[in-house]
Amino acid sequence: MTSATKTHPAHLEYVLRIADTSLILGQRLAEWCGHGPVIEEDIALTNIALDLVGQARLLLTHAGTLEGQGRDEDQLAFLRREPEFRNLTIVELPNGDFGRTILRNFLVAAWQRELYQALAKSSDTELGAIAAKSLKETRYHAQHASDWVIRLGDGTEESHRRMQAAVDVLWPYTAEFFSATPVDDVAVATSVGPAWPALESAWTAAVTPVLEVATLKIPARTPFLTRGKLGVHSEHFGHLLTGMQYLQRTYPGGTW
Amino acid sequence: MTTPSRQWPLWEVFIRSKNGLDHKHCGSVHAPDAKMALGNARDVYTRRMEGVSIWVVRADHIVASDPDAKPEMFDPAEDKIYRHPTFYTLPDEVNHM
Repeated sequence: MTSATKTHPAHLEYVLRIADTSLILGQRLAEWCGHGPVIEEDIALTNIALDLVGQARLLLTHAGTLEGQGRDEDQLAFLRREPEFRNLTIVELPNGDFGRTILRNFLVAAWQRELYQALAKSSDTELGAIAAKSLKETRYHAQHASDWVIRLGDGTEESHRRMQAAVDVLWPYTAEFFSATPVDDVAVATSVGPAWPALESAWTAAVTPVLEVATLKIPARTPFLTRGKLGVHSEHFGHLLTGMQYLQRTYPGGTW
Repeated sequence: MTTPSRQWPLWEVFIRSKNGLDHKHCGSVHAPDAKMALGNARDVYTRRMEGVSIWVVRADHIVASDPDAKPEMFDPAEDKIYRHPTFYTLPDEVNHM
């Protein structure tokens, strides 16, 4: 190639938001390994974690190509610092109990499903292909989580109480899924992907009936808005990174 | 007073592989109902592309023969070699059927 096609910085940002959200949720779910309520569920959560890390690997590799500075998936995952990550804040929050973990999976998977569907038409064919592969995984994640949300929400007094508490805690963080940013405008203008605010109505239509069946009350929207996708993270994120990046920071360049 | 079992019921799992003709028993999972039993079987037993179809059945719905009855159940077949088609010599005319 005589001259590399210049990637719009917003294109890279857009991909990193998706990649980092998968990576960090995968990292959080991996914490359940060996701690699941039953062995079958332990394996299910770990499977989902591995699906998400797999998505992140493809997306980060692609992001490295878009960036054009020779960084690979590992360098992006293990050598970036806190403000350089672009994940949604909700995925970096501590797992909480099983109900809260499952509810977060439910809310995020429903969002990923809408996003990956829309990305099938992306002008970035690599991104489109990754989205198509990830969509199959995400459909299962959404199914798995919504089954549990209904069981636990419409379960015992104790399970209902815990699920409602999870909804109350996590719901405000979902506002970030759909907040408008300049990156969205560029993504739409270049047909890279949908503006995230445009995903809200389909997401709400998917999530609301399940929560209703689960007898869970959806809190009213408030002005609370997190900004993880802009690189502004919660106090939990640095701690997560110290665990996730420890090995690569301690033994730079170390491989299996 | 009887305490209800805290353990979910056991389900036996049968998987048919991509090129397989029949479902083969591959193990078991615990689950409160059939739907979750299928999900758990998928998560536990098809992680490495082992199958394209799953059957689950409540373990307590399987009626099994008594291992102690083996002598009367199975041993009598031992000396009935005439029950195998290979016992018979066929005339040449039909030998390739």
